[in-house]
Amino acid sequence: MITLLEARHIDKRFGGLKALSDVSLTIGKGEIYGLIGPNGAGKTTLFNVLSGAYAPDGGEFVFNGAALPSAKPHLVVAQGIARTFQNIRLFRELTALENVMAGHHIRTKASVFGILVQNKRTREEERLTTERAYELLKYVGIERFATVTAKSLSYGDQRRLEIARALATEPRLLALDEPAAGMNATETAQLKLLIEQIRRDGITVLLIEHDVKLVMGLCDRVAVLDFGCKIAEGIPSVVQTDEAVINAYLGGGCRYEH
Amino acid sequence: MEIFLQQLVNGLVVGSVYALVALGYTMVYGILGLINFAHGDLVMVGAMVALQTMLFLMGAAPGMSPLTMLTLSLAVAIPVCMMLGYTMERLAYRRLRNAPRLAPLITAIGMSFLLQTIAMILWGRNYHTFPQLVSTAPLQPVAGVFVTPIQVTIVVGSALIMAALIVLVTKTRLGRAMRATAENHRVAALMGVDTNLIIALTFVIGAALAAVAGVMYASNYGIAHYGMGFMPGLKAFTAAVLGGIGNLGGAMLGGIVLGLVESFGAGYIEHMTFGLLNSSYQDIFAFIILGLVLIFRPTGLLGERVSDRA
Amino acid sequence: MNELASAVPWLGRRNPQAARWLIVIVAIAAPLVAVLFGRTWVRVLDFALLYVMLALGLNLVVGFAGLLDLGYIAFYAVGAYTAAFLASPHFGVHLPFWIVLPVAAGCAALAGIMLGFPVLRLRGDYLAIVTLGFGEIVRIFLNNLNYPVNITNGPQGINTLDPLVLFGWDLSRNLEITENLSINSLFLYYYFFLACVAGSIVFIQRLQVSRVGRAWAAMRDDELAAKAIGINTRNLKLLAFSLGATFGGVAGGLFGAFQGFVSPESFSLMESIAVLTMVVFGGMGNVAGAIVGALILSALPEILRHLAVPLQQTLFGTVLLDPEVLRMLLLSLAMILMMLLKPAGLIPAHARYSHVEHLKRHGVSR
Repeated sequence: MITLLEARHIDKRFGGLKALSDVSLTIGKGEIYGLIGPNGAGKTTLFNVLSGAYAPDGGEFVFNGAALPSAKPHLVVAQGIARTFQNIRLFRELTALENVMAGHHIRTKASVFGILVQNKRTREEERLTTERAYELLKYVGIERFATVTAKSLSYGDQRRLEIARALATEPRLLALDEPAAGMNATETAQLKLLIEQIRRDGITVLLIEHDVKLVMGLCDRVAVLDFGCKIAEGIPSVVQTDEAVINAYLGGGCRYEH
Repeated sequence: MEIFLQQLVNGLVVGSVYALVALGYTMVYGILGLINFAHGDLVMVGAMVALQTMLFLMGAAPGMSPLTMLTLSLAVAIPVCMMLGYTMERLAYRRLRNAPRLAPLITAIGMSFLLQTIAMILWGRNYHTFPQLVSTAPLQPVAGVFVTPIQVTIVVGSALIMAALIVLVTKTRLGRAMRATAENHRVAALMGVDTNLIIALTFVIGAALAAVAGVMYASNYGIAHYGMGFMPGLKAFTAAVLGGIGNLGGAMLGGIVLGLVESFGAGYIEHMTFGLLNSSYQDIFAFIILGLVLIFRPTGLLGERVSDRA
Repeated sequence: MNELASAVPWLGRRNPQAARWLIVIVAIAAPLVAVLFGRTWVRVLDFALLYVMLALGLNLVVGFAGLLDLGYIAFYAVGAYTAAFLASPHFGVHLPFWIVLPVAAGCAALAGIMLGFPVLRLRGDYLAIVTLGFGEIVRIFLNNLNYPVNITNGPQGINTLDPLVLFGWDLSRNLEITENLSINSLFLYYYFFLACVAGSIVFIQRLQVSRVGRAWAAMRDDELAAKAIGINTRNLKLLAFSLGATFGGVAGGLFGAFQGFVSPESFSLMESIAVLTMVVFGGMGNVAGAIVGALILSALPEILRHLAVPLQQTLFGTVLLDPEVLRMLLLSLAMILMMLLKPAGLIPAHARYSHVEHLKRHGVSR
């Protein structure tokens, strides 16, 4: 397994609350890696630290062999990590197409001057951005809504759009925060196909999910967080029978106090 | 030293007025998250209505004692401002509670200018002499510092009002409902609090404080004018932010601190800048403090809540 | 232009091409019609165009990037005073206009960045009040920087600015064509300002449909999500402040040369609010809205001035509401009523941030 992302001893505190303590993970290239745990276990916090929304209080992430900058979201994206949000966060007034085009921002270079004079490079880049965004809408299956504003899309389509927008940043690692939340069985099944397709296209996937069936059927490996500690890691069928995991879901505290 | 003490007294007096106005800002912000720009102009309305009442009384009952006259004019100015505060909330802000984030703020700015315009229509553009019913003749100097009865009245009066407000908010049922509404409207409503009423009352109480502050401010300087409320309003808002917005004690502390900074700043700015700037720059202190606080300590001196709303 | 065309009532939807031509014709013919009512109306149009420029610039900051700036007029002031310093007897400097205007724009842009840096982390209402403070600080300095060294000449302002001279062509003189036919200077200014406004519109619309415009819109709609797709919000905010300020600076430079004198009075908070009202009234975030808002709210007070004063005199025998009061009343009511009744503005056109024409072969159309 070639390592793509390594979390080394990540700590994060909010006041007196230890949201993450000494969390270490290794995600291999091309994996679908699941992150599960009860509510408040620190899964989303780990996402936020990874994506640079918060600075960690200790530890670091190593991505593709280099340390990730902390608390600089745009640099993290530039390195090739994209994320979605648990509660969908789209650009409401933009169309679906424009949302995805905005996602392409860091991979484009046009300067204000270039935009002012509309030189050939700028025009070409703009055309390519548009084309690419449309391809991505097609990829997630919502191209017929290209010119509809994001706020008027259905819930499931908004989730897809958010994934398309994240893909537009050309990531190597796609971090999905509960993508199946609020979806019905059909939509979830389609989502599963989409995630598998994304992996086949060479993008590693990190997945937070509550839907245990989805996680078990989709992920190569999973890690379980509870009270900010990693209590288990491994292939789904083994983790499922782990005593600590069962305890965590049924109650009981963190065993690995630091 | 004498100059220092004199500036201290002046700062304390202005600061008390700022504190009274700041309370109105902070209560509304705490409960709605809205900067009610028009609050400063209620200070002006209070002063102008009181002035109008005094002029009427002077004509109607020439021999009336100054104290009675002051009481009567307050008795007119306060209800007028309260009604105005209620009207603004009811007609404009209430409809905008779920509007896009900039809408209530823009409305409040419009409201502020509307009040100024109406005042301009009613009372013209001129500066009016405001009768100084409490004497401005200095008392016997203590340690070389001159203190006037009006200054004493302002400081003592606002201290009493603030004490009463604290009792109201912390000890009464109404206060508890206000705090609950500020914490979370929807939950408070579920617990049986009539949040619409509470929000309206918050505006009304703030307006009453503004009216009193207006009379104090005008009595202190002996002048009233249609635009007199805007600057003190902004400064009082600064005071509220400085103390920690949403926090009553903070508003009082912020008001006093701002008053002192301004007073000392105006007194010493020439020395500090080697004569480059003079006291006509007094007004920039408030803005600089506001900027610094918001950038370096957005929670203010006593603030508990993080001000991350839009 | 397309947005503006589709905003034309009735015609805009049916025949955008015709609507576009109509706008061009009206823009060119406007002063010729106005002059029939008196030369002062051409002057009103000249000022209206300056307000259009200001509104376009403020719309960039407020409407596109979502940063509520209440001190915008400060940049207008910086532009106007730069023009006054570089081309008037005040310092005895008389630089040509093609140097003055870029310098004025540059100074304003710099002021924009100076304001932008400290307020980067502030949002919404806090940003509004700090920018208001910035505007007031600039005005206080303009008012008082006549001592100990006279820089701004204090409240009196600076007089007799050099007129606008383009390649030896003085716009402040009437253009003599034949002995009994001449074009009044006010027209010359009008067409020059019109060209500036047209240029601004082209620039802004190009910005809107570009990676920058989309990034601004993204930041405005959801700052956290914008960061999460790699948008450097700090740089984009600074860019919005400085570009917005540039428009203010250019308008200020033009204003100084056109008016011939500048004083702090022209840059009061009321003017910032007036420009904001124009943007809000027309519709935040779309170019057509800013233009229409600026035209209506700058011309209407003038019309009222000419109608209301004589009307009051005949009705009441005296002037109860002077024009300045009427203007304030109009602006404050416009702001409040628009927010309560039609928060999206007069022209709530859906702003475009992409060229769908690129996707024609996929059968995508608007």
